[in-house]
Amino acid sequence: MKIEILGIVMMILLVMALAIPLGKYIAKVYLGERTLLDRVFSSLERLFFTYSGIDPNREMTWQQNLKALLTINIVWFFLAIFILMNQAWLPLNPDKIPSMSPDLAFNTAISFLVNCNLQHYSGETALSYFSQIAVIMFLQFVTAATGMAAAAVVFNAMRQRSTDKLGNFYTYFLKSCTRILLPVSFISAVILLFSGTPMTFEGVQHFTTLQGDSASLARGPAAAMIAIKQVGTNGGGFFGVNSAHPFENPTYLTNMVENILILLLPVSMVFALGHYLNRKKLSWTIFGVMTTGFLLLLIPALYQEMNGNPALSAMGIHQPMGNMEGKEVRFGSAASAFWTISTTITSNGSVNTMHDSLTPLSGMLAMLGMMINSFFGGVGAGFLNFYIFIILAVFISGLMVGRTPEFLGKKVEAKEIKIAMIIALIHPLLILSGTAIASYLYAVNPAANAGWLNNPGYHGFSEMLYEYTSAAANNGSGFEGLGDNTPWWNISTGIVLILSRYLPLIGPVAIAGILAKKKYIPETAGTLRTDTASFGLITFVIIVLVAALSFFPALALGPLAEHFLIQ
Amino acid sequence: MKQHILPAIKLTFFSILLLVVAYTGAIWGIAQAATNRGKGETIIVNGKIAGYDKVGQRFDKDHYFWGRPSAVSYNAAGSGGSNIGPSNPDYLSEVQARVDTFQAHHAGVSLDKIPSELVTASASGLDPHISPEAAYLQAKRIAARRGLNEAVIMQLISQHTEKPFMGFLGTYKINVLKLNIALDEINKQQ
Repeated sequence: MKIEILGIVMMILLVMALAIPLGKYIAKVYLGERTLLDRVFSSLERLFFTYSGIDPNREMTWQQNLKALLTINIVWFFLAIFILMNQAWLPLNPDKIPSMSPDLAFNTAISFLVNCNLQHYSGETALSYFSQIAVIMFLQFVTAATGMAAAAVVFNAMRQRSTDKLGNFYTYFLKSCTRILLPVSFISAVILLFSGTPMTFEGVQHFTTLQGDSASLARGPAAAMIAIKQVGTNGGGFFGVNSAHPFENPTYLTNMVENILILLLPVSMVFALGHYLNRKKLSWTIFGVMTTGFLLLLIPALYQEMNGNPALSAMGIHQPMGNMEGKEVRFGSAASAFWTISTTITSNGSVNTMHDSLTPLSGMLAMLGMMINSFFGGVGAGFLNFYIFIILAVFISGLMVGRTPEFLGKKVEAKEIKIAMIIALIHPLLILSGTAIASYLYAVNPAANAGWLNNPGYHGFSEMLYEYTSAAANNGSGFEGLGDNTPWWNISTGIVLILSRYLPLIGPVAIAGILAKKKYIPETAGTLRTDTASFGLITFVIIVLVAALSFFPALALGPLAEHFLIQ
Repeated sequence: MKQHILPAIKLTFFSILLLVVAYTGAIWGIAQAATNRGKGETIIVNGKIAGYDKVGQRFDKDHYFWGRPSAVSYNAAGSGGSNIGPSNPDYLSEVQARVDTFQAHHAGVSLDKIPSELVTASASGLDPHISPEAAYLQAKRIAARRGLNEAVIMQLISQHTEKPFMGFLGTYKINVLKLNIALDEINKQQ
């Protein structure tokens, strides 16, 4: 066993040690119980609500909550697109960066609005510092809080009672910002700052290198943004190469901190659910399913990356550090593989290694993480995806044993199943039809679209498949060889992004809202228990079946074919 | 939806005050206490900035240790990796060309001794490090070019080897810029 594995074990243990207490804290915040930060933020929140004309204690139905959510999202969209298209004359632009083109601004605004952070631009050269903090960083906070608020509405709906009053979106939203995202980001930013990440408003620095070349170096207010980028499962980097950049992720220790942050809130949300409903066993069942999935993706990826690229081995090249194309020496291949799987299962999408240069199977495992998109998943949004699979699992196990399907004392009926089916199927539909159309366009006119693909053959297909997968999973990582800053890619992925963000938010909230209104049936000996290992297993099998059946043919054409080519 | 628009706009305004203005301001304020006031840690040689200790720079001259290949030739104003897939035939011939160049400058080094990070492009194009093995391989060339004893170079490499934190968190690595500055120092002393 290589010693690098110990670093991975350490990160997993630290995530657990932090996520369990943080989950409890999050539950307290959403239950409105007293917490440590009340003193700092209570009066500030009251002030914000008073001057915004919001009554934070007004309980809203699920429809009203969704309306509030969507309205504020539209406001952010227009704000973002305005700043991006006018950054040239706006302040904090020392390097005179021009305004964005309309299609790129559309894609960027959408991409950050939906918490995806697909970046068809490079941060150093395409964004002013004003855009970085007022658009990118701002959206990284508020969109994460949006996902968390939606999850909080669903938590609320799962309690044992019959009601149509499911809390107040604005309260959940603002508290997610002030009580959870802001304090965790603040601490993380300070750690990064003292580890070598810059935080300055000065522009590019010119200097002469030791061997006499003239060089330029980009800097900026990076530390503040990188913290929330990881905490809120956003993933959009300050610099073009994201957390592979020596300023964005300077040491092995910052790499550990950032990787722990990637997993922290998604894991905490699972424990928060248990505390919120006082059903800790249910939390552990969900945690067990998600962790099993995580490990099944992680272990082969670690093995592949640490073993190196078979095509280079065939040339007789010695690969003591593993597959080092697109990797940094300070992280090594194990920590890079761990990050790859962490970032794709959680819909984070930041990278510390170039996914395009992963070995074919690791690239496939990264795609699978996003295709499944519910092993932890994004903050809030990941739990909502898993909720859909729970509903499906309840229904299918109900059919198998011949009982009326029930979940937490509520009958699951036709309407809920219909919504769940649509949400479960929209994901493969968007990915596969997007890839199919793009492949067709490329195939009929390879000369006109030659700039799209950086690699020939199976790998070229993988680049397109990865892009739509990342967009539909609201992940934001990429096989960056894809020449994606063209109207086709900006607009088509933009549409995929919108549909794949809002439908999976609306669906679970609607199901939860409908269930909450139904009569509560106390559990009896005949009730199907959802907090057992056997129910966990059924959920796991359903998740795997949906992913395998939908995606296996596409994976066979891309990464699997490439794997067998170079074996 | 109408009743939500005004509250949404106002709440957005207050959120910006807190999350953008106050938060960024606070972190920037704390940065004033960090190394070089949060502008990135520089390395000064002869009173001038020679580089940043975290950011790699290009070394391709024979009297310096070489760093890793870079897809953006170490452009620190536009980072980038190669984004080349593992099976790409052009890529494989590029790696072979790098091996040939390395062997041309290091007579007698056989293929199975060259660690892959010396012939593969880093993720950022700005990787400041190489492994100790990659440095030891270059010692003979540098000793010859600088008229130094090979043992002195070997010792310098071992002094500059950074071990994993607490012995198990991280990789064994060498900061190429710092090692090359130390090389220049030795020549100056003689």
